[in-house]
Amino acid sequence: MNVNPRREDNCFSFFPSTFNLRSFCIPIMWDHEIKAMASSHAIIASSVFMATVVPAVFIRGFSVYGTHLLWLSSVTGAVSVVNVAVFWLLGISQPTKKHTIGYKLSRLVRSCLYLLLSCLFYHTVVVLYGAPLIESALETFSLAVLLTSLTTLRCLCVLGPNVQAWIRVFSRHGAMSVWDTSLQITVACSVIGAWLGAFPIPLDWDRPWQVWPVSCSLGSVIGYLTGLVVAPAWIHFHRKQLTYKCK
Amino acid sequence: MKRLPVLCLLLWLCALFYAGIYLFVSGFLLVRLEVNRTSGCDDVLQPSGARRDFCGAEPRFRRTLLLVIDALKIDFARFDPDNKSPRPYENKLPVLEETASRRPAHARLYSFRADPPTTTMQRIKGFTTGSLPTFIDLGNNFASTAILEDNIIHQLGNIGKRLVFMGDDTWENLFPNKFQRSLPFPSFNVKDLHTVDNGILQHLYSTMVGEDWDVLVAHFLGVDHCGHRFGPDHPAMGQKLTQMDGVIRSVMERLQNDTLLVVMGDHGMTDTGDHGGESQKETDAALFLYSPTPLFPGPPSQSEPEVVPQTDLVPTLSLLLGAPIPYSNVGQVLLPLFPAEGQTEGAVTGLSQLEALWVNVKQVNRFLETYSSMARDIPSESLAALRDHFSRLSATYLASSPASSPASTRELVESMQAYLSSVRETCRATWARFNPLKMAAGLAVLALACLLCFLVSQASGALAAGGRGLLTVPLKDPVFDSLRCASLLSDSYVIAEGRVVTFLLLSLGLFVPVRLNWEGRLLPPLHDPQKPPAGLLPPAPPPAAVRRESYVLLGCLGLLVGGAYLSSCFHACREEQGACQPSPFLAPLARLQDSRRKNLQYVMSLAALGLWTYLLRRWLRHYGNLNASGGAVLAARWVLPLVAVCLGLHWAVSGTPEDSFRNLAELIGVAQVALPRAAFALLGLGMALLWADPITVFLKTRGPAPGRGSHAAAIPPLPPRYRASTGISPHAELQHLIPQIYQRMRRSLEDSEQMGAGEVDTRPAVEAYGLGTGMAMSFLLLLLEMGALLHIHASATSLAGLQGAHSGDFSVPWTPVVLWSLASSQFFHATGHLATFPSIQWAAAFVGFPGGHAGTLLPASLVALNTFSSHILFGVACPLLLFWPLVCEDDAEDAVMEMRLRENPQQFSSALLQLSTRYLTILGAQVLASVCAAAVLRRHLMVWKVFTPKLMFEASGFLVSSVSLLVGVSLVMRVDLAVGRWFRRLLPDATR
Ligand SMILES: [Zn+2]
Ligand SMILES: [Zn+2]
Repeated sequence: MNVNPRREDNCFSFFPSTFNLRSFCIPIMWDHEIKAMASSHAIIASSVFMATVVPAVFIRGFSVYGTHLLWLSSVTGAVSVVNVAVFWLLGISQPTKKHTIGYKLSRLVRSCLYLLLSCLFYHTVVVLYGAPLIESALETFSLAVLLTSLTTLRCLCVLGPNVQAWIRVFSRHGAMSVWDTSLQITVACSVIGAWLGAFPIPLDWDRPWQVWPVSCSLGSVIGYLTGLVVAPAWIHFHRKQLTYKCK
Repeated sequence: MKRLPVLCLLLWLCALFYAGIYLFVSGFLLVRLEVNRTSGCDDVLQPSGARRDFCGAEPRFRRTLLLVIDALKIDFARFDPDNKSPRPYENKLPVLEETASRRPAHARLYSFRADPPTTTMQRIKGFTTGSLPTFIDLGNNFASTAILEDNIIHQLGNIGKRLVFMGDDTWENLFPNKFQRSLPFPSFNVKDLHTVDNGILQHLYSTMVGEDWDVLVAHFLGVDHCGHRFGPDHPAMGQKLTQMDGVIRSVMERLQNDTLLVVMGDHGMTDTGDHGGESQKETDAALFLYSPTPLFPGPPSQSEPEVVPQTDLVPTLSLLLGAPIPYSNVGQVLLPLFPAEGQTEGAVTGLSQLEALWVNVKQVNRFLETYSSMARDIPSESLAALRDHFSRLSATYLASSPASSPASTRELVESMQAYLSSVRETCRATWARFNPLKMAAGLAVLALACLLCFLVSQASGALAAGGRGLLTVPLKDPVFDSLRCASLLSDSYVIAEGRVVTFLLLSLGLFVPVRLNWEGRLLPPLHDPQKPPAGLLPPAPPPAAVRRESYVLLGCLGLLVGGAYLSSCFHACREEQGACQPSPFLAPLARLQDSRRKNLQYVMSLAALGLWTYLLRRWLRHYGNLNASGGAVLAARWVLPLVAVCLGLHWAVSGTPEDSFRNLAELIGVAQVALPRAAFALLGLGMALLWADPITVFLKTRGPAPGRGSHAAAIPPLPPRYRASTGISPHAELQHLIPQIYQRMRRSLEDSEQMGAGEVDTRPAVEAYGLGTGMAMSFLLLLLEMGALLHIHASATSLAGLQGAHSGDFSVPWTPVVLWSLASSQFFHATGHLATFPSIQWAAAFVGFPGGHAGTLLPASLVALNTFSSHILFGVACPLLLFWPLVCEDDAEDAVMEMRLRENPQQFSSALLQLSTRYLTILGAQVLASVCAAAVLRRHLMVWKVFTPKLMFEASGFLVSSVSLLVGVSLVMRVDLAVGRWFRRLLPDATR
């Protein structure tokens, strides 16, 4: 009867097999998941703070505006590593039916390919939105990598390398678990944050954070952090209304 | 359908908008006529009335030094020794009061009252012409800012004074080539407090001690910029004022006996450091006069004025330096500077008080007579009173003799002063006062019009939907429009408007598939076995169809995005955008030096033109064949290619260097006139034919059908699904005949529609080519993007329809309408236009008329067509938004397409009304936003440079857009009417 085999695996991997699958959808059970989500989000958020604070101790002259690329790469790295680790540890991420090395390898290769494609996609979109084409290509690409690590990487962690599923998650009835809902929220928040970040650039205030791409990357990181906070809270307060197609 | 009510309602709404705009603009934009006459040395203005060489007499001062300290408020100049804890801007210029109190015969400090608008440019104009400049001085050349009115700089140069200028480069623009030596420094960057001042200080002292100058003007900007950046109440202002104190002191040390020093501010500033309005803080600047030789008869007397209007500087300086008073001056001489009658001071030469006043009065009277004969804006009763006053004055003056009693002399002086003041007040009331009542009324009317438009669109939408959704207020879609409106309130966003609009267009475009996906309509729905059986739900759409439609949508989105991105290659640059490079395509072909580039550009333009003609023709062919003999078909077949040929030839002709084909010069000359005129004529012909005969286009192809009556099977290319059912019964036949005819009909309807767009499409291109053939490519992009937008809308609608979410009415949602308006502003910029007056492409007026024009209507309309081409195109083509989704239902089951509209005339008219009112609402909201910007920010530094031009462009763009929208709507109605008539003729045949 189950439509999505991935979900089944997911439930099993997260809860001991003694659980009945149907109980997975009862709101009471969610409290565990929400707690797990809140704590994992706290870990990810603290990693962003660490990535901002720790290099400042070791590297002289490190600052968010001054050495922006450095900050960008440190945040990108920290978010990527912590995301992958958290989701791997929580076991959200593997619909592993086959355990062959070949299958795992092909998944890995596909994931890397998707990440690369997503970087290129974001880069193109940002350039189309009006970023300079040639002059600050490195900055633009760093922003694209950051956006990838905030959005695509999370999609990969939660849904695996399955573009169809990614697209489907971003529809009203597409979420099939609290993790999907949190994915929707964080991705939307980071993208909207980056979009809003573009607004102060034309203003003539001459502030250091108006330099391309500081405001956009700050916006996306702030949006991401907001999403991390909002997602568990929103799910917690809407748990009565949320019904997932989990049969 | 109801034609007249819809059209009348739209007209009424538009009229409401126009009324609001007119009211606001007439209260906000002060207009004055310029008098282009100059005073001369031999004017009969002499005291005695006898001719004498006015300029030849020895003037009181040989040289003058004019130190303009921008925004030197009177509060800055005051010195209060009792103030123990001065604010940063207080007591920083002690030199002025110190000198004035210690040497009362040599110096005075006055409060120097400016007239609004208190912006630097208008003020410089004011205290050099002695008049009251407004934002629009009619008679001025829009393309250049140079002062054409008579002014003191011109007069001083005329009598042989050597003029030297240093400082704010506004002067250089206002008085090009008037100065012997000029050291302008860029004034644009408000953040920069020191460049101009330090530049002046480098040269000021060395120039002063030299002997090669008679009039030296130095305009310091630091105080003003400091005010804009930090406000007056900031330590930086204290430093700046202290620096100015030092400057004035050093200048006074170096002054020679024959020199008059004038230190003045052009306007004041508010507590936030802005200016432009008419509050006393903005208008009251400081005026300080000093000379090493005694200037005044004694210490300030009771009768001396405290406040000196800025206009009074011009006549005073003119008479002190021995120059005629500029023609348009309305100020009066500063009496304390002239010796009273009977006071004989041997050393001082020049005019006495009475003589100076008489010269002044005669000059002002002459100006008043000239002005009132040119313009009618001074009320006639006050004019009559002034004339009366003058005749009494002149009688008294001419009767008086040097020996008359001091009392009668004083009376005469006072009477003359009263005359001059009342002239000035009359002029001021006419020219230099914002009318807040009118402004508020205009704002209110505009807001009301917007609200009404919105309500009408909601109501008609509810009507179209059969009563549903009257109260549902859309929330998501207008977010983008309100962002656009909000962006009009910030000068930075207005300056970067081209990019802002593109950004919003892209965002909204990308938002369309995202939202479709969110609603689960982008992908075919997942097959769900748990769902209730198909009987309860509408049947699931075929996944292939959904997928295809999605690909079409995404493809069109790609086209839109690409088009919008590429169109930024055609942007021009504002002067405020420092590092901006204007598009190379903006340069006329003839001006390109590199012949390879020229050829390349020509070939590219030709290719764009060809492709563009081909696409339009292709589209026309797609919806019917172009081989009938009707006038409109002929037009459709031949006008476009012919116009394209004309354009191509004309580009070639105007691109050839003039001296390369000397023997063909005559031919080229003829071609330059004939080709564009031929194109204009052809287009006019096409439009006329289209209007006169919108439907006969395809009668020929339909010929067999009405001829043979009810034999539906005889209609040649019958689709099989209808053939199967025909011939069973006459009734059934009729039932199916009508959809058949509909199907044909829609071709002609669509064709005429498309032609409507197509014809107008060509026209602005004709305008554009005179300036840059490169713009042809921009127009190609415009066409592509328009098509992409229409198709995105169609795909989104059909996706919604496929998934059972279509409500069945024809209403056009907000999103495509907002996209449409954004695209229209985007292409305004992508055709190389900007919302500034210098960027208007005046050359368009001379396309096809190289010899110039006799009237003003033709060149004005040519320039308007050039400037607002994108507004016109998008306005006329707006009703296409309604048709396109229906037209694109090509292979749906019952392909009656937009004939569905005719089946529901009620819904058709309400949907058309809804679409038009939505478009009007969005455009009106933009006008409202820029009107608000101008009203709220009328003290902003950028109000005359950014917001007011933007308001003018937005208002005229609205005018053009709404008129073309009305034209488009009436075209649709014309077609509908013709179809109805044709149909009535056909039906009796069919029922027989
Ligand atoms: Zn100024
Ligand atoms: Zn200023």
